[in-house]
Amino acid sequence: MSAATDSPGRTRYIGRGLPRPGAKRLLAGRGRYTDDVALPRMLHAAFLRSPYAHARLGPIETAEAAAMPGVHAVLTGADFARICAPWTGTLSHFKGMRSAPQMPLPTDKAVWAGQPVVMVVAESRAEAEDALEVVGIDFEELEPVVGLDAARAPNAPRIDADAPDNVLFRTRIEAGDTARAFEGARSVEIDLRFGRHTAVTMEPRSLVADYDPAEERLTVHQSTQTPYQFQDIYARHFGLSESRVRVIAPDVGGSFGMKLHLYHEDMAVVGASLLLRRPVKFTADRMEAFASDIHARDHRVRARLAFEGDGRMRAIEVDDVTGVGPFSAYPRTSAVEGNQVVRLIGAPYRLGDYRADLTVVAQNKVQMSQYRAVGHPIACAVTERLVDLAARELGLDPFEIRRRNFVTDDMYPHRTPTGYTFEKLSLATCLDRLHALMDYPALRAEQAALREKGIHRGIGIATYVEITNPTPAFYGVGGAHISAQDGCVLKLTPAGDVACAISITEQGQGSEAIVGQIVAEGVGLDRDRVRVLTGDTETTPSGGATWACRGAGIGGETAFQAARRLRARILEIAAAILQAEAGSLDIRDGAVTDADGSSRMTLTEVANLAYYRSDLLPPDVSPALTVAHHFAPRGYPFAFTNGIHGSLVEVDTETGLVRILKHWVVEDCGRVINPLLVDEQIRGGVVQGLGAAFFEECRYGETGQLLNGSMTDYLVPMACEMPDIVIRHVETPTKDTELGAKGCGEAGTAASSGAALNAVNDALLPFGAGVSQLPMTPERILRALGVV
Amino acid sequence: MIAPQPIALTVNGDRVRRFVEPRLSLADFLRQDLGLTAVHLGCEVGACGACIINLDGQPVHACLMLAVQADGMRVDTLEGLSDTGAVAALQAAFHARNALQCGFCTPGILVVALDFLKGCRPGGAAPPREAIRDALSGNYCRCTGYEAIVDAIEGVAKAACATEEAA
Repeated sequence: MSAATDSPGRTRYIGRGLPRPGAKRLLAGRGRYTDDVALPRMLHAAFLRSPYAHARLGPIETAEAAAMPGVHAVLTGADFARICAPWTGTLSHFKGMRSAPQMPLPTDKAVWAGQPVVMVVAESRAEAEDALEVVGIDFEELEPVVGLDAARAPNAPRIDADAPDNVLFRTRIEAGDTARAFEGARSVEIDLRFGRHTAVTMEPRSLVADYDPAEERLTVHQSTQTPYQFQDIYARHFGLSESRVRVIAPDVGGSFGMKLHLYHEDMAVVGASLLLRRPVKFTADRMEAFASDIHARDHRVRARLAFEGDGRMRAIEVDDVTGVGPFSAYPRTSAVEGNQVVRLIGAPYRLGDYRADLTVVAQNKVQMSQYRAVGHPIACAVTERLVDLAARELGLDPFEIRRRNFVTDDMYPHRTPTGYTFEKLSLATCLDRLHALMDYPALRAEQAALREKGIHRGIGIATYVEITNPTPAFYGVGGAHISAQDGCVLKLTPAGDVACAISITEQGQGSEAIVGQIVAEGVGLDRDRVRVLTGDTETTPSGGATWACRGAGIGGETAFQAARRLRARILEIAAAILQAEAGSLDIRDGAVTDADGSSRMTLTEVANLAYYRSDLLPPDVSPALTVAHHFAPRGYPFAFTNGIHGSLVEVDTETGLVRILKHWVVEDCGRVINPLLVDEQIRGGVVQGLGAAFFEECRYGETGQLLNGSMTDYLVPMACEMPDIVIRHVETPTKDTELGAKGCGEAGTAASSGAALNAVNDALLPFGAGVSQLPMTPERILRALGVV
Repeated sequence: MIAPQPIALTVNGDRVRRFVEPRLSLADFLRQDLGLTAVHLGCEVGACGACIINLDGQPVHACLMLAVQADGMRVDTLEGLSDTGAVAALQAAFHARNALQCGFCTPGILVVALDFLKGCRPGGAAPPREAIRDALSGNYCRCTGYEAIVDAIEGVAKAACATEEAA
């Protein structure tokens, strides 16, 4: 049993491991996910998808399909070109970045296998799929661009005919003089490959677009993290008034970053509803999800580390090449992951000289973009592999070399060579906690004893630094309509309860639960009397929503400040009635009290008075019991968190199979609002990282065909393969906010694959073998061992 | 397309009669015709476990059966199991332990867990965690990392093995 313990700094509600009120509904089977939405006169969409990775489109014969039973429309690229403005996945702060304009359906060629090409809208999904079978279309197959090296070859076919080559973005970061730092230094180098994997949310992507021509109003029910972003996109690209576009995200069955990108099917469904003036639904089936949800990673990173004889690190040089699909994703681009890789490498360490090259290339594969922990697992694995190799060269213990190189407590605020500034981290504290938590000396002794018996265990650790609480430095400065602030409207209802509408969104991580706790704390009433509403652009204030670890840190702070304002309003009204000074009153357990806690009047009485007997209030005291408040972080551009993972594995050197025996995490996400939820965020993140480390890979054939696009072929971690995961917290609150919370959503994924990589390599050490490719499949381990 | 066929079955205790196309899956029938949206479709090939329901008291993948095959049978979905209180102990344990996040996999997991608990008898040995993890090997969860789910089921199993009434 591994239940969370309350935070040492807990208050009435903050720091308490309370269950989520909203979970009861889901446990009763009363969740309402997008595919559960059924509207009158609703039609269903299905897509004919390109069987080729790269092909020119011939004429499309739609007449027979259009005549099929139940079919209302057969739509092609030309139908949408008339009503939809194209979109381009670039941001202006990525200098020199380019990407081809995109449309809902292509008009000239298909650029990945699985790209939607023709849309059928019918009375039922089955009838739409029936009609797809009689659509006539000729594809003229073109040479596909598949591998990273092939994409960059001088004579490579170009995916975008208007571009000089397949490079979408290139950047170099340079600090100090790495060439000089490597002179006379000892060094280690690596060449690591990170396979493509994908989110595999249990609920596939889904949306229902409902255009009402009478009011010229578009309502979209969509499984997404970011309803405000989609409201803006649909309005701008279809020429609608934003005030007449409403996006509702009902219960969302997992997202992990995958559902905040714009998909071609989204735009086709919205466009079809505009054209047909009826609700249109599309829900991706699992094959479609594999063939069209964004993939993640796909990096080859070559790096080297220069260090002194005593283990002190001097410099790192990096070359990262990443393949992102035929174009850059919209509206967040496909350059962010690579950008974070090259900026986060080496982050936990004192490093004078640094140089990194990033090349983002196009290929005829599914688009690649932000998925949980964007860039962090790669930066972490690269850094921590280099550090372990240096330790091995010098005969130092992995804990010791890290202890000698971490940014130290007297260095904060610390600026990295790549330009990030850390307010305060707790690297050494976390390292020491992990050492004790794992009982590291005992593990090493056990490892040595088992080696004698031919059992090969490996122990690996990996430190991470994580970006959370982003300001507009992330997207806004590049011109994206993606908000970095949040809004919260709080209302003391006539019955004396609090209704909260907030711009962060819920995908099961517990956004609504923590906001309820924060508001209850900030106002001074029972959490059960706070109702939190999220995920609807019409009924909640506009804001950033939930992504990049910002919900607790920015949304939570917004809620806290709003709660303080509502509290002040309540006290002002109560003071007028009680003829007391507002400053001498408090609110506790739903009642206005004197400073000593003795109850003067309940919140229900205050609310009753303000709503029904405002005549009793002095003329200069407003009866308003609704406050609206927005908050944007103004201090550091990002609130960085840190932590360290430990991994214990056992490698079967005959089969290449790895048993993951145990995993530990010591993490510091600042002020913990609800440890029960933080722990589960981290565990879930660890398992996604272990999936990437051992199982998950979108495998492609030479012609650009996805070879394992189903749940029976793509391996998602299962309960029986996963270990128990031990978690401890160190709390270093950010001083940029009153609450002090930072993000925790990426912490599990950021370092679990890096720790596992080091653990497997530790197990293989006596064989002189090493693995440098994720996932570490049995075949790759056996190849490393020279068995196959 | 073949003409709709008549079927009659018992769903969550109620007698249900409908005409369905032979190609209609049981999962689509329950979701679309009866509005039982606790049945979730995650893969439609019997791998993910989100659609698992009880058919004549046994857990089955509703995505792998046709509605016409369920003619004359008894179907219980999470809606019905909730209404009768059959899964109340599991629901309470899952809630307390936060053994779910997005909730999409949860209905299938609860049905499988309920079946697993049949093996727990008062005075019997509580199942080891490995057995619980093994029982869940046909249910993918992408959010939790599984540990909280194992904890919640373990708690209910221990209670069921300890006393007469806890099951």
